[in-house]
Amino acid sequence: MTDQKPMVVIGAGHNGLVAAAYLARAGRKVVVLESRADVGGAASTHEFFPEFRVSSVAHLTSLLDPFLYKDLRLARHGLVFSKTHLKTVALDTRREALVFDQAHIVAGELSEGDRLAFAPFMLRMQRFAQLLGRQHGRVPPRLHWDQWRDAWPAARFGFDVRRLGRDDMREFLRVVTMAIQDVLDEEFSSDQLKGALALDALLGTKLGSRSGNTVFSYLHRCSGQSRLGTALPQGGVGAITQALASAALEAGAEIRLNTTVSGLQVTAGAVTAVMLGSGEQIAVSAVLSSLDPKTTLLRLLGARHLDTELAQRVQHFRSVGTTAKLHIALSGLPQFTGVQFAHVGERLVICPSSLYADEAFNPAKYQRYSEQPMMELSLPTVYDSTLAPSGRHVLSAIVQYAPYDVVGGWTAARAPFEAVIMQVLERYAPGIGSLVLGTELLTPVDLEERFGMTGGHWHHGELSMDQALMMRPVHGIAQYQMPVKGLLLCGAGAHPGGGVMGTAGRNAARVALKGLL
Amino acid sequence: MTRYDVIVVGAGHNGLTSAAFLAKSGLKVLVLERNPYFGGATVSRELHTGWMYSNCSYVCGLLRPEIYRSLDLGRHGLQIVPYGGGVGFTRDGDVLGGYVDKEVKRREIARYSTKDSDAYLRYGRDVMRQCRLVRSLLMRTPPDPSSLKPRDLKEMLYIAGEFGKLGESSIYDTLRFYTMSIADYLGEYFENDTVKANFAGSGIIGTALGVYSPGTAYVLLHHYMGDVDGQMGAWGFARGGMGAVSQAIAHSLQSMGGEIRVNASVAQIMTHHGKVKGVALDNGDEIEAPIVLSALDPKRTFLGLLSEQSLDAALVKRARHFKIRGSSGKINIALDGLPSFPALGPNHPLLAGDMHFLDSLERFERAYDDFKRGTWSKDPYLDLLMPSVTDPTMAPPGKHFMSVFVQYVPALIDGRAWTEADRDAFKKTVFAQISRYSPDFEKLVLHAEVRTPQELESEVGLTEGNIFQGELTFDQLLFNRPFPGFAQYRGPAKGLYLCGSGSHPGGGVMAAPGANAAREVLLDLRRPTTVPGSWSDD
Amino acid sequence: MRAPREHYLEVVKTTPFHRRTQAANHLNLWHRWRDYTVADAYFDVALEYTALRNACAVFDISPMTKHRISGPDALAFLNRLVTRDVSRIREGRVGYCVWCDDRGQVIDDGTIFHLGHNDYRLCSQERQLDWLLRSALGFDVSIREETAEVAALALQGPTSAAVLRALGVSAVESQTPFSLRVVPFEGSSLMVSRTGFTGDLGYELWIPPTHAERLWDALFEAGMHVGIKPMGTHALEMARIEAGFIQAGVDFLPADRAIRTDRTRSPLELDLGWLVDFNKDHFTGRAALLAERAQGSRYRLVRLDVEGNKPAKDAYIYDDRRRVIGAVTSSMWSPMCKASIALASVQMPWGDPQDTLWAEIYYQKELKWSRSNMRCQVMSGAFYEPARRKITPPPNV
Repeated sequence: MTDQKPMVVIGAGHNGLVAAAYLARAGRKVVVLESRADVGGAASTHEFFPEFRVSSVAHLTSLLDPFLYKDLRLARHGLVFSKTHLKTVALDTRREALVFDQAHIVAGELSEGDRLAFAPFMLRMQRFAQLLGRQHGRVPPRLHWDQWRDAWPAARFGFDVRRLGRDDMREFLRVVTMAIQDVLDEEFSSDQLKGALALDALLGTKLGSRSGNTVFSYLHRCSGQSRLGTALPQGGVGAITQALASAALEAGAEIRLNTTVSGLQVTAGAVTAVMLGSGEQIAVSAVLSSLDPKTTLLRLLGARHLDTELAQRVQHFRSVGTTAKLHIALSGLPQFTGVQFAHVGERLVICPSSLYADEAFNPAKYQRYSEQPMMELSLPTVYDSTLAPSGRHVLSAIVQYAPYDVVGGWTAARAPFEAVIMQVLERYAPGIGSLVLGTELLTPVDLEERFGMTGGHWHHGELSMDQALMMRPVHGIAQYQMPVKGLLLCGAGAHPGGGVMGTAGRNAARVALKGLL
Repeated sequence: MTRYDVIVVGAGHNGLTSAAFLAKSGLKVLVLERNPYFGGATVSRELHTGWMYSNCSYVCGLLRPEIYRSLDLGRHGLQIVPYGGGVGFTRDGDVLGGYVDKEVKRREIARYSTKDSDAYLRYGRDVMRQCRLVRSLLMRTPPDPSSLKPRDLKEMLYIAGEFGKLGESSIYDTLRFYTMSIADYLGEYFENDTVKANFAGSGIIGTALGVYSPGTAYVLLHHYMGDVDGQMGAWGFARGGMGAVSQAIAHSLQSMGGEIRVNASVAQIMTHHGKVKGVALDNGDEIEAPIVLSALDPKRTFLGLLSEQSLDAALVKRARHFKIRGSSGKINIALDGLPSFPALGPNHPLLAGDMHFLDSLERFERAYDDFKRGTWSKDPYLDLLMPSVTDPTMAPPGKHFMSVFVQYVPALIDGRAWTEADRDAFKKTVFAQISRYSPDFEKLVLHAEVRTPQELESEVGLTEGNIFQGELTFDQLLFNRPFPGFAQYRGPAKGLYLCGSGSHPGGGVMAAPGANAAREVLLDLRRPTTVPGSWSDD
Repeated sequence: MRAPREHYLEVVKTTPFHRRTQAANHLNLWHRWRDYTVADAYFDVALEYTALRNACAVFDISPMTKHRISGPDALAFLNRLVTRDVSRIREGRVGYCVWCDDRGQVIDDGTIFHLGHNDYRLCSQERQLDWLLRSALGFDVSIREETAEVAALALQGPTSAAVLRALGVSAVESQTPFSLRVVPFEGSSLMVSRTGFTGDLGYELWIPPTHAERLWDALFEAGMHVGIKPMGTHALEMARIEAGFIQAGVDFLPADRAIRTDRTRSPLELDLGWLVDFNKDHFTGRAALLAERAQGSRYRLVRLDVEGNKPAKDAYIYDDRRRVIGAVTSSMWSPMCKASIALASVQMPWGDPQDTLWAEIYYQKELKWSRSNMRCQVMSGAFYEPARRKITPPPNV
């Protein structure tokens, strides 16, 4: 082969690095272009206060593709987890926290009925989630009858659903479009439990607990194939991308940092070159973009290279972020009401009822932030001493809802919103305010500025049913290959979507290799 | 004592329809009705002398023409009168008129947004594409996707075929329709908020969801899939009020030998060893029949008419959690004259159409927020009509009947029952909104009947006052309606069938659930069917 | 500011020529062309048609949908919109074109007028604003509908050039087909394009509505001695079919209005392959049309010369084994060809010139219905195309 033109991967986030590593392992010449000064993208660890470091966006992993671990030998590249199988600790201001894992209630008060219903419910949801999880590694189908090869994966999905057995299948088809609150109300009476479970359905979405489709987002969140459960990477989530970068480099990929891509050059219906911000052009054999679909297709490629209806669909891809991140440097370990010392390093959630979640959501509909936000908290420093000076702690909070398009803009809303968050935290951890050394609030606008995802949306776009599977990002281009030859989407905007998963990168690399064989 | 082949519980339009098709097959049919009048929620009632109130359902567009023809409803006195258009009033004193003439309507939308006026054509096209698919499924029994029976497989293939006919792009649109919110869906067509608000109402009527709630796009479809003489999406009045529909079906039934007994409240459906034996009435009478159809909603049927011991726990749980949330109320008003709407001016053609007063999606959603918090909307969505402008039989000459459908109205106020004071305050809320656009309206009111979900439940027997006998969300549609495993009209006991709107294809004065249930009964009896299939649309 | 809400009182609008067309309409026959009313016939369809082929006739095309497309990306936008290479339509020229949806199915056909640098007018039968605006994503272009701002007349027929000369339009002789020029007219400007929908020598005249009636009067005065007549839609329809031109909604279903998506046609299926340029940059539908070219089309539009003298209205088309293979979309008795002619859509592979096709014709004479099967000959090109259509300078009469 005389093909010297490289395959270019745009963006060195986890999906970009995964794609690069797989392509390089297959013997391709690969160049990764990253606009920032380090790899990692949104899956980074950064210093937010002198000597305090934190995972920039997602702070726990549960979806990480197990194939990566094996294929790319991430352990050898330095990835270790400081804690795996984290439990969920549902905080409450008045009573003991409810602590549970995938199938067991570990601590807290719960009625007999709820206790009995808990394991069967969680296991059934796990079965449904695994059904979705099995689709992650597959290229989504196209729904036209004339080419059975494209429709085959749809049939396969149908068989998977059938294999659930009659009762589970019926239940799956019933609940999959439902609102999480309705399903939880059918099973449980405890607000504390329902709130904590509802939060899992809602994090990262612009939906409330009474919105349909939230069972789907719950299932997606539980669809991880990893055996590690919810885990805390040593050194923050950035450790994952560091390991991936190391794997990609070892396989022969080149990573160019501080390199901004300004556009793609198209000749005769194929991408032939990548144009850099510096004015340089790199001739390419293919481009895999891990940037979000709107940035990739409308900004770098340009709508003029797409058909009209497709370009419109991309334009209407919903990607208004509602999730903010608050990082707090603490002089000591805070005391959370009702939480045993042994559980403080687990996943703490503030969402005392599904009604609370819904009330938190309501303002977001009108472009306002929650006055009573719900949160997922992690104190990674309990298990990981690399992130803060000894004896000090980092609190990382995922806060919802903080709509990207907040009325009046985030410059004005930033301080009052941070105050709102601190008030809520103070209620659950009295005295936490006095431990604060410094904070950093990342609103969706900050996330967009820092990491380039349109609308500051964690998943590059809502992970709702109408934007999932063969409709992710939009129908017609859900199979990684874009209509312009040599251009593939390999980020969270493609199937199976967001979360620190890496599967989109792996799938896209597979499609790219197949196309070039 | 007379023995009957079939007993139908509930003389609403669906119960009567089932009964009529079964009578047509030669079976001896008895319909039992709790109220002193029949019709269920499809009634005209003279609650104020000289005025006919369609005091529950008030418009007729979904009634399947196949059923109309097959039961000869025209000859039995039914006449559907299409009415002209609709109008949305804006807070700045303007209107957005939904004129009948499509070019005028387009130019009207262009007053708000040129872009939207042309996008409207595309919107209509996409909605009609989906309506065609839905319509092809109305007069059919949903297949059980978990079954391998030849009939279910054949039906699955039929649906797959209908899907295929849509063309690839529209197939995805179907999936999106069932999972998107009406606000997001409209956002793909329109930019102007008033224009969006104008179309959004159909997405929430009768449902306990807001315009931003996923699933509401389908509800819109449910309201568009009707037709009046081939005009898809058109709506009409039944001349003489909605009671004319049930009257005509009842006449058709009686002409074929069927019987209707009013003031006959069924206390229990009697079963023996898993087989239906008959029914027991409140007064202690027992009437035997090997087949009983219940037109009541699934909650009432399973939890009320059947003894809980006879059902397995999973089914009791399903019935208990069946989503049947009251979300709407009605005010029926006798008017001393035609109220003026200054934004329209006198003699305006749209005085004959529906009137709406919410001009932004945010107002819709805030109306929903009130409901979620346990009270009626303080700035509600109204669907206001004056049928007497079109139909002279509804009120004395020069006087008018006004039907005001109100959304959102909860079944309970903050978890407690409605009080007289609540009802009064609720009426005030609604009147205030109307008066804002019609200053002389209140002066013309002669009589007003306020119907909250509580009255709809106690008088008509609709649980929580839900007009569809169950939410129209995907988890309760098609093979999920009312619950998985019970979507083929058969109940848990042999000889028991469901024939109300709680079954596929759901609510609205459509009569399709009643017809479909009758077809299943005849199939089980191995009798030739009397129920017509769908007419082809090609 | 919103437009007045009383517009609903005028359900059907009148064109800027209405006072004149109304006065000329002795039959009082009208039909609705979307927002407007236009004359179906003025005094006698056959004589109006004859005037067109023999002298000249005037048809009011003001209701035609007109869009103004301008801005730095106007050319790039149009090239992405339509299937042909718009850069070949030079300034001062007009080009016929079609545009497709993503599936490569025809949305509409129309004409692009290249008025100036990056300044174009697109005329079409159907409304297209929604599609144009949606197609404009990513282009620096301004798109405006200007239907009501431009009044227009088609002046068609052998003496049309003479009329314009008499009207004082300079150098009308040198104007080539598909070219446009702007000349002064009574203090306003008149755009004259050598275009039309009749397949004959002819011009279309574009003028601000304020000067519409004056143009009408001047034309009829200038044409008084060369047989000028007004012409309605019925006569135009005859000329249109003789010319072999297709019409949206008649010969094909506009793809953006289709409820049944399998009923549409691609440009290749409408015998418009010559308008599709795969060598230019991307245009909407390109991938689908490339696939169609590789896999073969489903249908083909054919022009049929039908045996006998009965118009093949709505006729099924059969092959010689009596299988239905298509249907007629437009048909007429052609006075010029003295033949029954028809446009039909047939399934592939039928429709080659050597194929024997049959039309099943139902017709009635004095209330007696008859049925006949008539052999059809597949023709190529227009049924009737006089040389004067393309000659520059055009012959004197």
